[in-house]
Amino acid sequence: MAGPLPIGEAVPADGSLPASVQTNSANKTFHAYVHVPFCRVRCGYCDFNTYTSAELPGYGPGDFVGNLRAELAFSQRVLEEAGVANRELSTVFFGGGTPTQLEPTQLTGALASLREAFGIKAEAEITTEANPDNVDEPYLEALAAAGFTRISFGMQSAIPEVLKTLERTHKPENVPFAVGAAKQAGLGTSVDLIYGAPGETMTQWQQTVDSALELETDHISAYALIVEPGTKLARQIRSGELTEPDDDLTADKYEYLDAALSDAGFEWYELSNFSRSAQTRSAHNMAYWNTQDWWGYGPGAHSHVGGVRWWNQKHPTGYAAALAEGVTPAAGRELLSDTTRLEERLLLELRLRSGLAIDVVKAINPKATGVVATLIADGLVEASAALAGSLVLTLKGRLLADAVVRRLI
Amino acid sequence: MSPRAKRSLEPSKTDPSFIRNFCIIAHIDHGKSTLADRMLQLTGVVDDRSMRAQYLDRMDIERERGITIKSQAVRMPWEVDGQTYALNMIDTPGHVDFTYEVSRSLAACEGAVLLVDAAQGIEAQTLANLYLAMENDLTIIPVLNKIDLPAAQPEKYAEELANLIGGNPEDCLRVSGKTGIGVDALLDKIVATVPNPVGDPNAPARAMIFDSVYDSYRGVVTYVRMIDGSFSPRERIQMMSTKAIHELLEIGVSSPEPEPTKGLGVGEVGYIITGVKDVRQSKVGDTITTQAKPATVALKGYSEPKPMVFSGIYPIDGSDYPNLREALDKLKLSDAALVYEPETSVALGFGFRCGFLGLLHLEIVTERLEREFGLDLIATAPSVVYEVTMEDLKEFTVTNPSEFPTGKVKKVLEPMVRATILSPKDYVGTIMELCQTRRGVMIDMQYLGEDRVQLRYTLPLAEIVFDFFDQLKSRTQGYGSLDYEEAGLQQGDLVKVDILLQGDQVDAFSAIVHREKAYAYGVMMTGKLRELIPRQQFDVPIQAAIGGKVISRETVKAKRKDVLAKCYGGDITRKRKLLEKQKEGKKRMKMVGRVEVPQEAFIAALSSDSEKKGEKKGK
Repeated sequence: MAGPLPIGEAVPADGSLPASVQTNSANKTFHAYVHVPFCRVRCGYCDFNTYTSAELPGYGPGDFVGNLRAELAFSQRVLEEAGVANRELSTVFFGGGTPTQLEPTQLTGALASLREAFGIKAEAEITTEANPDNVDEPYLEALAAAGFTRISFGMQSAIPEVLKTLERTHKPENVPFAVGAAKQAGLGTSVDLIYGAPGETMTQWQQTVDSALELETDHISAYALIVEPGTKLARQIRSGELTEPDDDLTADKYEYLDAALSDAGFEWYELSNFSRSAQTRSAHNMAYWNTQDWWGYGPGAHSHVGGVRWWNQKHPTGYAAALAEGVTPAAGRELLSDTTRLEERLLLELRLRSGLAIDVVKAINPKATGVVATLIADGLVEASAALAGSLVLTLKGRLLADAVVRRLI
Repeated sequence: MSPRAKRSLEPSKTDPSFIRNFCIIAHIDHGKSTLADRMLQLTGVVDDRSMRAQYLDRMDIERERGITIKSQAVRMPWEVDGQTYALNMIDTPGHVDFTYEVSRSLAACEGAVLLVDAAQGIEAQTLANLYLAMENDLTIIPVLNKIDLPAAQPEKYAEELANLIGGNPEDCLRVSGKTGIGVDALLDKIVATVPNPVGDPNAPARAMIFDSVYDSYRGVVTYVRMIDGSFSPRERIQMMSTKAIHELLEIGVSSPEPEPTKGLGVGEVGYIITGVKDVRQSKVGDTITTQAKPATVALKGYSEPKPMVFSGIYPIDGSDYPNLREALDKLKLSDAALVYEPETSVALGFGFRCGFLGLLHLEIVTERLEREFGLDLIATAPSVVYEVTMEDLKEFTVTNPSEFPTGKVKKVLEPMVRATILSPKDYVGTIMELCQTRRGVMIDMQYLGEDRVQLRYTLPLAEIVFDFFDQLKSRTQGYGSLDYEEAGLQQGDLVKVDILLQGDQVDAFSAIVHREKAYAYGVMMTGKLRELIPRQQFDVPIQAAIGGKVISRETVKAKRKDVLAKCYGGDITRKRKLLEKQKEGKKRMKMVGRVEVPQEAFIAALSSDSEKKGEKKGK
């Protein structure tokens, strides 16, 4: 839930969905995302929709959990009125912000409300993001007992200097403890890493990757730092206080990451996501990339149901006020055209190891065959996969994925 | 002081002995327009209330840059010793590009006010126009302007003027156009010294066109000076060069607003309107007579304006091409010297190859296109016309470097100019150095006064169309002035340098340069492009080559990362919008082979700003 909201069309006050969603949702699984908009401090690089307690006087975790229940009831009604049959949730993901800013009972209570509303599939993946500093054994055990299956820690870096540049406040030495406790509690584990922070050297990144591997998690996500406009980091770079990340060095870091992780038995399944096995992939993120249906709860959260995308108001108080009035908390939406849906498939599925069917490209680009041929020649897609009808990026291609997309469209 | 005339003489019935036709010769900024303003006020043709600065300069560009492009004629009454006179002030363009138009304006006068800034002295362009005036046997009235300025040195410059035109320094009038001091005395002196026009009122009519202006409401307004005979309204007139016949829909004088009259008689200056829509049908220098009683001999001096400098003009937004065509078609109506034909460039798309009288003309045309027609344009580096003879004796005229023939070249002729440079003597060394690097050959050097020097050089036109004037100005801290005239063709050791991107030639960057400068050009251009061309998904070699021989090479290294690896939660809309923005960006890219180049990169490489930066870097 990053950056400014998109510009879309207005959403009807009752949040009602067009009749088309009924058919468009027919073969889709259903997922829930819960956006918890609280952080203890704000990090300099972050443009996510999150607030410190000082920024949100009079709105606390208790209010949020109440709002979540209200939005749940609202969503049930909207889906029912649109004629979308109830589907049990295939995955649930608590993100933020920092979901672990909530008391354990609040977090497990929220999950219970979701279960009550829709039901949750027996094998469902239920994840929360966590700050390694504010979870302890009892907290993690409570989560596991309530049905959480997976926890994703915001590790970012193993290097204190880099964490300082990113303005992350957690102590790196707490990460192994938190991961160990999570495993002890029976949760699947993942860590998030960020590479390309201003001033981060290659050696520092190698140390971070190596430390992450020592944790022996099931899953690692690694994102290149993006300097988002409007963040403190962007201002620091503009003023010359910090240097802009160098693309070539960032490419080197990705290549190191890919090599080190595959040596350790991980496989990439999406550009920035690596997993030990097919079972330990993030099923929730896969739902985004495969354009399943999900309802995003919470301020600024994005939803997709049957070809309609919408997004909630960003500020918690406006969001809360809309729910209190019984009107939609959404700020805008867009109805995807057939072409747009194909373009999105291209954009998203190309990022996956499972690849993009060349037929999708052919449906939007009459010159697809020629373009695919040059992509093979330039070593950007796997030739064998292309001959079998799908586009799978090579290592070089993954680093140039956006350029590949532009060539395909 | 002479009083304002109580009444004006009636046009068409004025005795030539009470007419005075004069022009003002002055350098840009020496205050010609301000002096003209004072004359309009003093003679009462413009009342104080409707007076505005630089009244006669019609076009915005003229007013802003303080230069006069199109000349005009104003009739003003003035009384001396109880006799009323009609003074016709003919405004002349001040710049060298318009020498031909200047000479036509001068031919319409008997006298010239030589106006010189009392703080700066005479400048090269003024000298050139003074020379033309003297060749036309005009009576010269030397005048120092801006004597109210603290920095004015009237004694010094009066002496300089006396040296130039003969006579005594005391004969030099001192005025201030700003305060009005001395302007009445100047008007008196014009009456006293400028000869009255002489012509045969009974001979077949002959009128010389000295200016032709397109007006969107009235069509072409033609300014004429009657030499012999007369014109009257509704009469059918004939252009002697084309034999075309038109009806005089309106005839009149400017005072300074147009005032229809019952005709124009011998020695008078005025305007005619025939309803033609294109200035090419009413060419400066042509002679007009009447259909009923045609003259047999045209007045001398008519010649077609010849373009000297060529440049490709392209719309930055390709979809503006039809608008550019329309704008040029309209501009042509008021600018007989502008020529153009469609041209296509790999780098810049569809545009026009345009021919101009000189650099200022080029600048004025592009500025008018941008301002009056709201177009965003890019112009390729100006080039001149080369005559190329091949070994097999085939001949080519090359106005666009990319059309330079391939194969064995026997010889290349390039246009030369005779340049006159005036400057304080301290800068002689640096000026000589500049001329030398531009392949100049000195003709002579002479002192105009104690500390001012005139240098004359023969230079290839190609060497001065490109930033020579800027260089001269910066080397002389703004004091140097330049004038040039055509001086025929001369053989030169010239080669075409091509710029190749991944082996594909980029036409807009081809240049015809002297063999000794080819390497420097190649290094400069490849270096500049390396900075400007974004990294692609593969290495892009940039080469400069003469024929098949590479003389310089740079490489844009392949881009290694072009992906937003971050996952924006479920905000797919944002991700797609980013892509759509990138896609938009791609649309603005020009393809040279497989290389995507943003139009801005080509524009930056062609613009002279980065030219200078590039040169500095090269040193």
